[in-house]
Amino acid sequence: MGQSHSLTINGRSLSVSLDDPDTPLLYVLRNEVGLHGPRFGCGLGQCGSCTVHVDGQAVRSCVTPLSSLKPEAKIVTLEGLGTPEAPHPVQAAFVEEQAAQCGYCINGMIMTSAALLKDKPKPSEAEIRQALVGNLCRCGTHARIVRAVQRAAASL
Amino acid sequence: MPNSQLSRRSLLQGGAIIVGFTLSRALPAMAGTAPSKPVALDEVDSYLALERDGSAIIYSGKVDLGTGVRTALTQMAADELDLPLSRVRVIQGDTALTPDQGPTYGSLSIQNGGTQIRTAAATARRKLIQLASERLGTPMDALVTKDGRVAPAAGGEGIAYAELLKDGHFALKLDKDAPSKNPDDFSLVGKSVPRLDIPAKIYATFTYMQDVMLPGMLHGRVIRPPAIEARLTGVDEASVAGIPGLVKVVREGDFLGVVATSEWAAIKAAQKLSATWSKAETLPEQAKLWEHVRATPVVKEDTTSNVGDADGAMAQAARKLKATYDFAIHTHGSIGPSCAVAQPEGDALTVWTASQMTHALRTQLSAMFSLPPEKVRCIYVEGSGCYGRNGHEDAAADAAILARAVGKPVRVQWSRADEHGWDPKGPPTLIDLSAGLDDKGAVTAWSSQFHIPVGAAGTVPLVAATLAGLPHETALAPGNIVHNSAIPYGFPNVKTVCRRLATTPLRPSWIRTPGRMQNTFANEAFLDECAAAAGIDPLEYRLRSLNDPRGIEVLKRLAALAKWESRPSPKGEGKEAGGDVQTGRGLSYVKYELYRTYVAALAEVEVERSSGTIRAKRVFVVQDCGQIINPDGVRNQIEGNVIQTVSRVLKEEVMFDRSRVTSTDWASYPILTFPEVPEIVMELIDRPRDKPWGAGEPSAAVIPSAISNAVYDAIGLRLRSVPFTPEKVKTALQRT
Ligand code: FES
Ligand code: FES
Repeated sequence: MGQSHSLTINGRSLSVSLDDPDTPLLYVLRNEVGLHGPRFGCGLGQCGSCTVHVDGQAVRSCVTPLSSLKPEAKIVTLEGLGTPEAPHPVQAAFVEEQAAQCGYCINGMIMTSAALLKDKPKPSEAEIRQALVGNLCRCGTHARIVRAVQRAAASL
Repeated sequence: MPNSQLSRRSLLQGGAIIVGFTLSRALPAMAGTAPSKPVALDEVDSYLALERDGSAIIYSGKVDLGTGVRTALTQMAADELDLPLSRVRVIQGDTALTPDQGPTYGSLSIQNGGTQIRTAAATARRKLIQLASERLGTPMDALVTKDGRVAPAAGGEGIAYAELLKDGHFALKLDKDAPSKNPDDFSLVGKSVPRLDIPAKIYATFTYMQDVMLPGMLHGRVIRPPAIEARLTGVDEASVAGIPGLVKVVREGDFLGVVATSEWAAIKAAQKLSATWSKAETLPEQAKLWEHVRATPVVKEDTTSNVGDADGAMAQAARKLKATYDFAIHTHGSIGPSCAVAQPEGDALTVWTASQMTHALRTQLSAMFSLPPEKVRCIYVEGSGCYGRNGHEDAAADAAILARAVGKPVRVQWSRADEHGWDPKGPPTLIDLSAGLDDKGAVTAWSSQFHIPVGAAGTVPLVAATLAGLPHETALAPGNIVHNSAIPYGFPNVKTVCRRLATTPLRPSWIRTPGRMQNTFANEAFLDECAAAAGIDPLEYRLRSLNDPRGIEVLKRLAALAKWESRPSPKGEGKEAGGDVQTGRGLSYVKYELYRTYVAALAEVEVERSSGTIRAKRVFVVQDCGQIINPDGVRNQIEGNVIQTVSRVLKEEVMFDRSRVTSTDWASYPILTFPEVPEIVMELIDRPRDKPWGAGEPSAAVIPSAISNAVYDAIGLRLRSVPFTPEKVKTALQRT
């Protein structure tokens, strides 16, 4: 049995035991903790579909070894951002704008936008597009995603 | 401790926080391969069942690939059955439960699949009215259906559906003549009903294929050959001996994979495993791709149209034009690489898959493992968007081989490099065109040759079967790529021929709008060349040769929407007047497969001469796809078509060396990013009394030519080779 690691995920503390402390956070969240909001897209930091928040910053969990996280790091996934009963404004706006096709990229879009709006509550359209430049969508949902982020910003 | 469920539970020490998650992602259906209900195409019960609580289950062989089809099918069935949306549930693509309505491709889910379900629902509804008529002693035509009940039109409680049918089964044949609802009475069809799947996708409660977990499931990864057709000559198992959690290295012929208790252990093992392979260089030199295509043996010629005497008229023409177009190899580029879970049970096999064709996959897997088809069950679970036949089926075969090797359920997740390197590709397309014009500039002769691989849309050979030397197909299946090689214009002399090639460099399959996109690119851009040669406005030029009122309508409405200014192309500002950045507009038109959905599109572009960069600024689309089931769903599809195709046209090309694909990630195969996405303006023409036609692909067909035409309008240079990269633009500019 491997080493034990303490984590704070979506406001709860827990510990996981892993054979390899360098396991990327993405696999810990998905397979050990059962959180499927963050998704595997490339494992290379190129697409953004694995994005989570670590201490409020958007981070690519596929290239974040668990060992690189401080024990007190606060991790938030899409599940922890909001729920249908208590949605995060960005989630509510994505539903309103019907901003998904397959939706596989949407975790990254929402987590990246939520981090953007925390730093910059009233971004211009160009700033939104720039903030999402590293998030790929193959279905071509971009126009709706930008509208959803604008809607969320307007609601803040 | 190899059991992942057990180990996971023991690993959680933070209190009772996350207990119960392991199987909370309950699977859509559990294993078991025998059909438990009718699945024949002509039985009502194959498509729908009524539950005791009066709700309905729809069984659809067509599946939602992230396009909103599930919502649209639910709307159609609920409306026809007079049930609220919330009381209709759809089960998709389960070979034990759903009828084989054919693969989900070709923009046919609503047009064909939805129409079958609508007929089943209409037949069922008539039966319910008949049963109520017998019970109430009221004539059928004095009864109406509403909210899950049959009631007298004159008023009264009526009887709930569930009470009319004892066991929920109809035992009826589908009747095409069963009266379908009057379009005026539709309450759900034609409305922008919000998509049923979107909230779950946004709150992370949706179960994608990649999320499926079975008790005792192990994780697998594949190790593909470093060169196509290389042989596996040795495997050094000691190279991975130290990886905790590794269960087995699986080798069968040239198929190589690893199975481990955790996903990360499987990934590390796949990366570390040392194997030796023979050398293989089976691919042509990419720099000489088009010479290679031209030199490939032709198996047959398909003449897709032959009107008048094209050769004779060409010889007589006052003016002749000739051009060659080409379109690069593309990959599907799903954001989530392919994934599948397979579970062996004795001699039976169950596979959870995001395949667009679970029935065909069952046939392939049963051939591969020499199992009777009834021993194989394929269950659809939605994955990342696939846009055609990507790697989902191959991942299913990989999972099946690995699961059978360890006798346990195995999940296979492809890496990004597996997906880019090994999904089947949209084949390279080379097209020669010539036209003869009379002295007024009108086309008197049109002649074209399409150099495209032989084959249609069948089944694409499974990688694992091929590598392992197990039974597999050998024929090419590039999709129905001859479509739209013929043209929608009434020129007096036309001959269009598809020269079907014996081979193509990489394993081909269909990617969104297969053939129709490449062929329409060449046709509509070359037509623009003719219009420019004649000095005639490109819209006017098209309208003169069209006699289809619905085609004329989409073009005229596009002109109004985009405020078309009548003039020939190019704009003719010249270098001096235009400065470094010049703008242009380009128009294109398609009648999909020459019998259905009409689309007209206009692209506005900026071309930066110094860098060669093309920016698509705005795209206008007008579409007539007959009856619209869900307008916002259709808009979402059109936006997707436009953006994805702008990406394909401006940026995408699969790169390869003599051995293998070399563009194996997003850095080497870049796609469109947010700052590059155009604004999209569209108008839909709804025809509630007509057939619903496909909307998932047609608007992609017009984008490449609209952009080529716009670039010509801007800088007077004709781009005939997709992708329109800055290098190609700069090279072309230097030549002028
Ligand atoms: S999966 Fe992490 S960036 Fe692509
Ligand atoms: S919605 Fe499918 S990848 Fe973005």
